[in-house]
Amino acid sequence: MNPAIVLATARRILAQLRHDPRTVVLMVILPSLLLVLLRFVFNSERAFSEAAPALLGVFPFAIMFIVTSVTTLRERLTATLERLMTMPIGKLDLLIGYAIAFGLVAVAQVAVAAAFALGWLGLTISGSVWVLLLIALLDALLGMALGLFASAFARTEFQAVQFMPAFVMPQVLLCGLFMPRGQMADVLHWLSNVLPLSYAVDALTQVTRSNVVDGTLVRNLVIVAACALVALLLGAATLRRRTP
Amino acid sequence: MTHAVVVEELLVNRGGRAVVRDLGFTVPRGTVTGLIGPSGCGKTTLMRSVVGVQVVAGGVVTVLGLPAGSAALRNRIGYSTQSPSVYADLTVTESLRYFAAVLRAPKSDVSRVIDEVGLGRHAGKVIGRLSGGELSRASLAVALLGSPELLVLDEPTVGLDPVLREELWTLFHGLAERGVTLLVSSHVMDEAARCHRLLLMREGQLLADGTPDELRRRTESTDLEQAFLRLVREREEAVRS
Repeated sequence: MNPAIVLATARRILAQLRHDPRTVVLMVILPSLLLVLLRFVFNSERAFSEAAPALLGVFPFAIMFIVTSVTTLRERLTATLERLMTMPIGKLDLLIGYAIAFGLVAVAQVAVAAAFALGWLGLTISGSVWVLLLIALLDALLGMALGLFASAFARTEFQAVQFMPAFVMPQVLLCGLFMPRGQMADVLHWLSNVLPLSYAVDALTQVTRSNVVDGTLVRNLVIVAACALVALLLGAATLRRRTP
Repeated sequence: MTHAVVVEELLVNRGGRAVVRDLGFTVPRGTVTGLIGPSGCGKTTLMRSVVGVQVVAGGVVTVLGLPAGSAALRNRIGYSTQSPSVYADLTVTESLRYFAAVLRAPKSDVSRVIDEVGLGRHAGKVIGRLSGGELSRASLAVALLGSPELLVLDEPTVGLDPVLREELWTLFHGLAERGVTLLVSSHVMDEAARCHRLLLMREGQLLADGTPDELRRRTESTDLEQAFLRLVREREEAVRS
């Protein structure tokens, strides 16, 4: 791994985003606006406080998934990836560069959304805001890594966009946001146990309800981080120097 | 080592079809070698094999004394793909600065290559807003970063006006005089005459390999277009008999 190339890659991706201010505004503001909408749909601070923390994890996960899968697919389709693969850049240099750039965007996104929810919409959390941000960041990295992996199976941008509901929605439905995981049928409960987003939402719920950082919380965070790492390595395996 | 590229019995299959069959040639150092043939004849596949991004089914490709695709070759080869491979949402300078960082080329290279491809006036423009010819020059500029010993350029002059084409060919010859080896593909015959050596390709095979003069003499033709047609006919007759 070469830190100079990693940083150059992160800087390059941020420069690309800078030239596309509309995307940046959508990424940073949209989750907050959806939270505002949700607050008034529930019309109750208590009901909102139960659902909002989970959403702070779901938004960066879903948005980073789609942004990364489209960006990576674009690199594959415009042959910039082929060109990079002839150069002295390691696959992990490229992926970690991506992770840094999109991780920074995710932090901005979650910070704005959390500020909205905590400062204005009446969300109260018992735990630390920093732990909340950390979980959301891990979610964003998980979404990014899965998006990168998924992009290898898409031939067109249409297909890449369709992978979002395929990879993301089942996790959102089963993560405990709509129905506590313990109350699901056995098969669904088992399924939710193998999906990483479930652990992120468990962790977020815990941070909302208590300020205790215990073994369960740490275990949940480690599971999410490990899943992100595995997805990143799977993503790296889909980047090939030689293609047919 | 007098040869920059040595290709022996190369075989490449794509989509269940042999697109390059039993192909062999050498490229001497410090020359401009033209890879000429109609669109779809396997030029791009061959170039991809030389830079080491193509999965090959058989044969040996040796580049600068090493097997094609070796890690040690990655900052010794400049490669320009046929479709422009640059970031459309960056400016010319930003895009080149990134590739220069990856290649660990000096920062001053960025303005040097911008001048070499004549994009000085457009350095600060977003690549997506450039014209087709400017876009392909922005992509070519990336291949010139650092000090590559071998340049593999896939159709670098498509869509350029004659003045610019002339300038680029002058640049190519200047590089060759400094010892750089160039493998340049084209489907237009008038560019073939500017090469030191020609590889004529058709349907995945090599039709001929020689200097433009040799090819004209051998086929008793005055221009290379005609020479190419004669070689195709010869090959067809040889297959039939």
